[in-house]
Amino acid sequence: MEAAAAVTLLAVVLVIAALVVYLVAVILELRKITAGLDAVIGSVGGVVEKSEPVNAIVEEINRDLAAGTELLEGLLVKKAGPDDAAGLVESVFPGAGAAMLERQGRTGEVENIDAVYTRGAVQLARLGRASPLGAGPETGAALRNAAYASAAAQAMYHDPAATRRAREGRSMPRSPKIGVGAPEVYPPDVEASEATSPSQPPTAQEGSDADAGTD
Amino acid sequence: MTLWWIGNIVLLLVLLPVVVLLLKGVLDAARRTTASVEALRPVANAASDDLDAVELLHTTRDQVNQTVQVVADYGGSLDQILEDAPR
Repeated sequence: MEAAAAVTLLAVVLVIAALVVYLVAVILELRKITAGLDAVIGSVGGVVEKSEPVNAIVEEINRDLAAGTELLEGLLVKKAGPDDAAGLVESVFPGAGAAMLERQGRTGEVENIDAVYTRGAVQLARLGRASPLGAGPETGAALRNAAYASAAAQAMYHDPAATRRAREGRSMPRSPKIGVGAPEVYPPDVEASEATSPSQPPTAQEGSDADAGTD
Repeated sequence: MTLWWIGNIVLLLVLLPVVVLLLKGVLDAARRTTASVEALRPVANAASDDLDAVELLHTTRDQVNQTVQVVADYGGSLDQILEDAPR
């Protein structure tokens, strides 16, 4: 055999040997990859299976919550009026008042009702009418913000007529009236109401008792 | 004969290193893929375990439904108790 032929054979053998070694190594790695992917696919299948009902359940929860929100907002609008309802929601959840207006298809600036009145006082005064606040003495913590009381209260109502009435010195019918001069007091005194007018203001002692009861 | 030797030299010095280089590249890529898949396995298992709490969504849905019903009942009562806003 000639030397050149022997070298050629050697070179071909070396190439084939390199191919075999590397390709076998690659095959072994691919088998590992296949086994690993089988395990991963099993876990991913579990993820898909477990998360399958999530959309339906979350949509159902959102539907229930939306119905509850709509119910409460409707009740609040009915009892407090459209302007104050958004203001009340804004006072508890900043930013939610505007969203409430949008859901009602209305626009306008939402007045944070808590900037004018002590939180909760206006709710009781307006919604209850005969709230314990009506029986309380005028002394003690302020129910209205002294710094912004008059102007801010007027600004809460978008009706320009209210501003005109206030400028002319007339009363604002929608403003909550609280204190011993309230038209109705809580609790109603049945015996006294039979003897006197039901809208008669309570005595100082009655007011103090009622105020102590609310604490 | 000279061309044969030239061919042998090319085979040994060019073709064989190129073949080895390409095969080594394929093997390295396969090994990196294996490492990535091995790292992915515990992550997938953990993700699957994290979703075990999804079953509790059924309870959450029922409780939300009951809560909304209770709120609706309270709303109806409040509607009766409180007077409407002046129009």
